[in-house]
Amino acid sequence: MRAGPLPSAPTDARSAEAPPVSAALMQEPPAPVAGARRWLPRGTVYGTLLNFRGEFDLWAAKMAEPPYKAAPQAPVLYVKTANTFAPGGASIAVPGEVWVGPTLGLVIGNSESNRAPAQAGRPQAAMDTIVIGGVPVAGCVLLNDLSLPHTSYYRPAIRFRNRDGFLACGAQPVPAAAVDLAALHIEAWVNGALVQTVDLATLVRDAATLLADVNAFMTLQPGDVLLLGTDCLPDGSRPLARAGDAVELRAPGFAPLVNRLVEEGAAS
Amino acid sequence: MKRARIAWAGAVHDAVEAGGQLELLTPAYRGRRLGFDEVVWLPPLAPMPPHRPRTVLALGLNYADHARELAFKPPEEPLAFAKGEASLIGHRAHTVRPAGVQNMHYECELAVVIGREAKGVKRADAYDFVAGYTVANDFAIRDYLENWYRPNLRVKNRDTCTPIGPWLVDAADVPDPMALKLQTTVDGKLTQSGSTADMVFDLPTLIEYFSSFMTLYPGDLILTGTPDGVVDCPVGAVVVCEIEGIGALQTTMVAQANS
Repeated sequence: MRAGPLPSAPTDARSAEAPPVSAALMQEPPAPVAGARRWLPRGTVYGTLLNFRGEFDLWAAKMAEPPYKAAPQAPVLYVKTANTFAPGGASIAVPGEVWVGPTLGLVIGNSESNRAPAQAGRPQAAMDTIVIGGVPVAGCVLLNDLSLPHTSYYRPAIRFRNRDGFLACGAQPVPAAAVDLAALHIEAWVNGALVQTVDLATLVRDAATLLADVNAFMTLQPGDVLLLGTDCLPDGSRPLARAGDAVELRAPGFAPLVNRLVEEGAAS
Repeated sequence: MKRARIAWAGAVHDAVEAGGQLELLTPAYRGRRLGFDEVVWLPPLAPMPPHRPRTVLALGLNYADHARELAFKPPEEPLAFAKGEASLIGHRAHTVRPAGVQNMHYECELAVVIGREAKGVKRADAYDFVAGYTVANDFAIRDYLENWYRPNLRVKNRDTCTPIGPWLVDAADVPDPMALKLQTTVDGKLTQSGSTADMVFDLPTLIEYFSSFMTLYPGDLILTGTPDGVVDCPVGAVVVCEIEGIGALQTTMVAQANS
């Protein structure tokens, strides 16, 4: 179900009623930027909850109430397991409405690769590793961290977040040194309509702080990916998508990440 | 067959238990036997293929008595969380107790290793998807508990804090994994005693549940939860988690360096 090609046009009735989709989305997904290749994580992927100020502030009043009883102190993380990995262009099967989750992933590098003597003769990718928050970061990648809607953050959300294909992965990571993390905006488009703009300047923990705070209690390994988090809309809701929709993430300097959602059981 | 993965003589080897010793499967040493204390024990798991990091699922409150011990009603749906493979460590290893914590306890758990790709598996067929069983000690540090995606990863995903092993026991050699005695000793004193028969959600139910929405791959792990009787483990304590017919997993508590 993850490997199917992106249909060239929507085929279900709902899409036909949708506002006119952009010409780009009626055609094949955009060609990857030069040198971009299909990419999937090779290490463990950790997602971060409540890391945008907008969502955090909306939650703040509820944080002291049961069952939470206090605001979170350490970063709240979850794992996106290997079954969730889907490349750009893949059809993703959904059982109903899903939260669209535009985010940026930090791909952990090897600390040795950042030392000058170790760089002689190394490929460019290894030389692009930079240290952020005390952790070597080899690159940044655009990801769509999908989830089934859920209203409680009390218990882990495996059934909502860890369904097959629920982490769409952008093309080859961009060297971290080439990304201005504090100024990056990520746009989410559904069927050619802009549904969300995520501003990485509004993180609760910026990349350096998050990496340092996570690494204080667990060592991120080379190849692991740490997601900076997903934001809600100003009213606290999340952008939604459903079977038949084409979902596209765009960010300056990254190849667009396009996936089509299909009915569970109808994929493959 | 009981399988192990060990380091010895500058390399990693697969081995099997033979007559109270380890018999190496490495071609250069095939048939060579080593004593249990001659080797470094690694998690008894083959490496995963590229781009498929091991899925490690763990259950909370999956024994009714343990749920009561923690003053929780047993859950109506499995309470599951996922961990990273980097927290795994082998038998006879050291687990780091952070400085200043008041309650760091073991959790002796039957660990299930998936043998075949599993999606949409029914309870009745679930055992066909199991490669074997091992023992896991899913340590928790209660000082760090927060009520956000609880148990949060600061409690459950720490370096050195998930000992696993010593053996991967073939599924065929475990006639009824849902009727195994399970116990933990700390410095030789019995502190935890239970039976896998008392799980709230048994193994076939768990495989059906997880595979209803996620594909499990060969080598993936399910840690099935722990019964009551968890106690704090101070630095220096020797903790042995044992499951009947599966193995006895020994861990020594050590202090954090520079603390």
